[in-house]
Amino acid sequence: MNDKTNRPIYLDYSATTPIDERVVAEMLKYMGSDAIFGNPASRSHSYGWTAEAAVEQARQHVADLVGADPREIVFTSGATESDNLAIKGAAHFNVKSGKHIITCKTEHKAVLDSCRQLEREGYEVTYLDPEQNGLIDLDKLKAAMRDDTTLVSIMHVNNEIGVIQDIEAIGKACRQRKIIFHVDAAQSAGKVPMNLSELPVDLMSFSAHKIYGPKGMGALYVQRKPRVRLEAQMHGGGHERGMRSGTLATHQIVGMGEAFRIAKEEMATENERLINLRNQLWDGLKDMEEVYVNGDFDQRVAGNLNISFNYVEGESLLMALKDLAISSGSACTSASLEPSYVLRALGRNDELAHSSIRFSMGRYTTSKDIETTIKHVRSAVEKLRNLSPLWDMYKDGIDLNSIKWAAH
Amino acid sequence: MAVYFDHNATTPLHEKIFEAMQPYMGSVCGNPSSLHRFGRLQRQAIEQAREQVAALMGAQSSQVIFTSGGTEANNLMVKGLSMDTAVQRIAVSAIEHMSLLQPAAEVGCNVDQIAVDGQGLVTQESLKQAINKETVLVSVMAANNETGAVQDINKLAEEVRAHDIWFHTDASQIAGKLEFSFEKTAVHAMTLSSHKLYGPMGAGALIVDKCLPMHSLLQGGSQEKGLRAGTENVPAIVGFGMAAELAAQELIERADHVRVLRDALEKELMQLGVVKVFSQQVRRLPNTLQFGVQGFDGETLLMELDRRGFAVSSGSACTSGKTEPSHVLKAMAVPNQLATSAIRVSLGRANTMAEIERFIEAMKQIIGLSNSAVMMAANL
Repeated sequence: MNDKTNRPIYLDYSATTPIDERVVAEMLKYMGSDAIFGNPASRSHSYGWTAEAAVEQARQHVADLVGADPREIVFTSGATESDNLAIKGAAHFNVKSGKHIITCKTEHKAVLDSCRQLEREGYEVTYLDPEQNGLIDLDKLKAAMRDDTTLVSIMHVNNEIGVIQDIEAIGKACRQRKIIFHVDAAQSAGKVPMNLSELPVDLMSFSAHKIYGPKGMGALYVQRKPRVRLEAQMHGGGHERGMRSGTLATHQIVGMGEAFRIAKEEMATENERLINLRNQLWDGLKDMEEVYVNGDFDQRVAGNLNISFNYVEGESLLMALKDLAISSGSACTSASLEPSYVLRALGRNDELAHSSIRFSMGRYTTSKDIETTIKHVRSAVEKLRNLSPLWDMYKDGIDLNSIKWAAH
Repeated sequence: MAVYFDHNATTPLHEKIFEAMQPYMGSVCGNPSSLHRFGRLQRQAIEQAREQVAALMGAQSSQVIFTSGGTEANNLMVKGLSMDTAVQRIAVSAIEHMSLLQPAAEVGCNVDQIAVDGQGLVTQESLKQAINKETVLVSVMAANNETGAVQDINKLAEEVRAHDIWFHTDASQIAGKLEFSFEKTAVHAMTLSSHKLYGPMGAGALIVDKCLPMHSLLQGGSQEKGLRAGTENVPAIVGFGMAAELAAQELIERADHVRVLRDALEKELMQLGVVKVFSQQVRRLPNTLQFGVQGFDGETLLMELDRRGFAVSSGSACTSGKTEPSHVLKAMAVPNQLATSAIRVSLGRANTMAEIERFIEAMKQIIGLSNSAVMMAANL
């Protein structure tokens, strides 16, 4: 528990972040009857014009953080919609150049399920295996490219294990083959510096609620030069240059803009602080027996640490750690008891995949929180291992893989 | 600020709704899919909102699918209905909102238009003409966003059901303005938008009968019973729920308030002689008045009204900025010249009789100015 709030310590920033107070303050200007409340599409009065001006200001903030032109930013209802629009929109529009798509097995469900949908429509999808550290081997990616490949979709930062892909190198390889490159940057924007005016990336998805902005808000970067064309997925009204129809939620857009503006200002100092917290956490746990970090330790986003505690069942561990708000992986799949598909793709066995915990830290995490966390985790793991026959066997030196379990 | 007479475009957020949302923008954070306490509190909030929305529309909460707004709900309805596009058809009324007409044009099956009469109503005859054995879906909006004309959905639904065809109605404009029930009208699906009833932008819903074979348009998560992937917009959904609850409580009071204002305005405008009210002969939303002014250009009227401090529109916000006459008025066979002079006044709960009086004065001035200019020109 957090002493001050008497609530669990929140270490699930990869699932969602609280909205920054400064963001709320901006949003409030556009909420309520005394506020600026017009429909930004209204062209006949100042309520509409003022709302539209706010939308354009926010578009500028979003573009600034990632080095884009504001005209390249299309607002959506979230990263899931951005991924859907990018993948299905690009695949449909460019169907004449081919029907082959390359992605990776560790992508977010929004990317994987969009690809599955395209498979049902007759497209062919190659799902790359990452290396054991979660990173893509560029040669394997190049080898998978074909003449009919129209789209490569690789995420920048993985939501579960936090590893950072080398999107510049991947983008270059795509450019050489004239393949459209989409990057899901929901977990990286505001955490990893990037400059889209130089990066060879055609499409990039963003989320607001992963960086202290509001839920229900995202954006898709659509490069202008050379121009990337998409088939709209939502029709009716022609908002957002025809790429995404529907009334724009002004206060949410403003919130996203402010969140991105703050991120640009504070990213560098914030990252330094988060790396210290992450090191503090790992330093407090690494001397335990049979703990493994999942994903490359160094090429990793600042706030993430994903650890497997061998011989401890992940669900039991989550239950034992009621005073911590943590998860075993993606929130979007947390209702299922299946081991994480991301960890399976790294080649982790079921036991290790099942015993993983994702700690994701953020703007309001303190060193004291981490201290408490270490104490709780150590005692919970120890307690659970003491109850575990597998742990006893391991301690007795029995190789568990050699045991033949009887069916019953 | 100008007097706001454009409530059919969007409404200001109600204070109580704003209060209900605030905790979810502050201390109460978490992803509703997360299993920990933070996540569970978010999930509970969504389920409460679902009950509130269902209660306003006389539906079961399990039938409510939250979306990012009315446009997405209409897209989901038209493009998410599983059908064999090669052999099946849909029929939509000619006066639907763009968020229904455009997806219908994109879906790949044949689309038949259902004609409306001069008052903007779909008649049983025109409905019968537009459907045949291949028709799988009919969509007719409950109340039109421009004219405010209210369709007899009960009757139309009865007809459609008799042919074993799914019936959808876009209820974005009627919800919270007049009593309208999912169960009583016996429709199969219904679109709602939060920001049309004093709730926040960014939330809407498709209320859909479980028997409809629907699939999701967005892939990537099993939220909303697999029909709408993506992390739920909890504050907006909470606000939408609260908006529905308040609308249910204040329905009659709100309708009476705007009806008195609207009727007074209509009466005075008719006195001017050059004003023609659209859909005047039929039941309309109590807050809506769309009229043409003979001999005037709509753009000029809008500018003159803006200059005098009135925020109105010619029709739909989503098509504003275009100079073409509205497709709704076209479908009603309103002559082009009159259609391009259209002004829509849509009132809300905060509007007053004093504002109406000022508006009438402004209209008199604008029309009078131009008349005297015309007369001066004639005298020269």
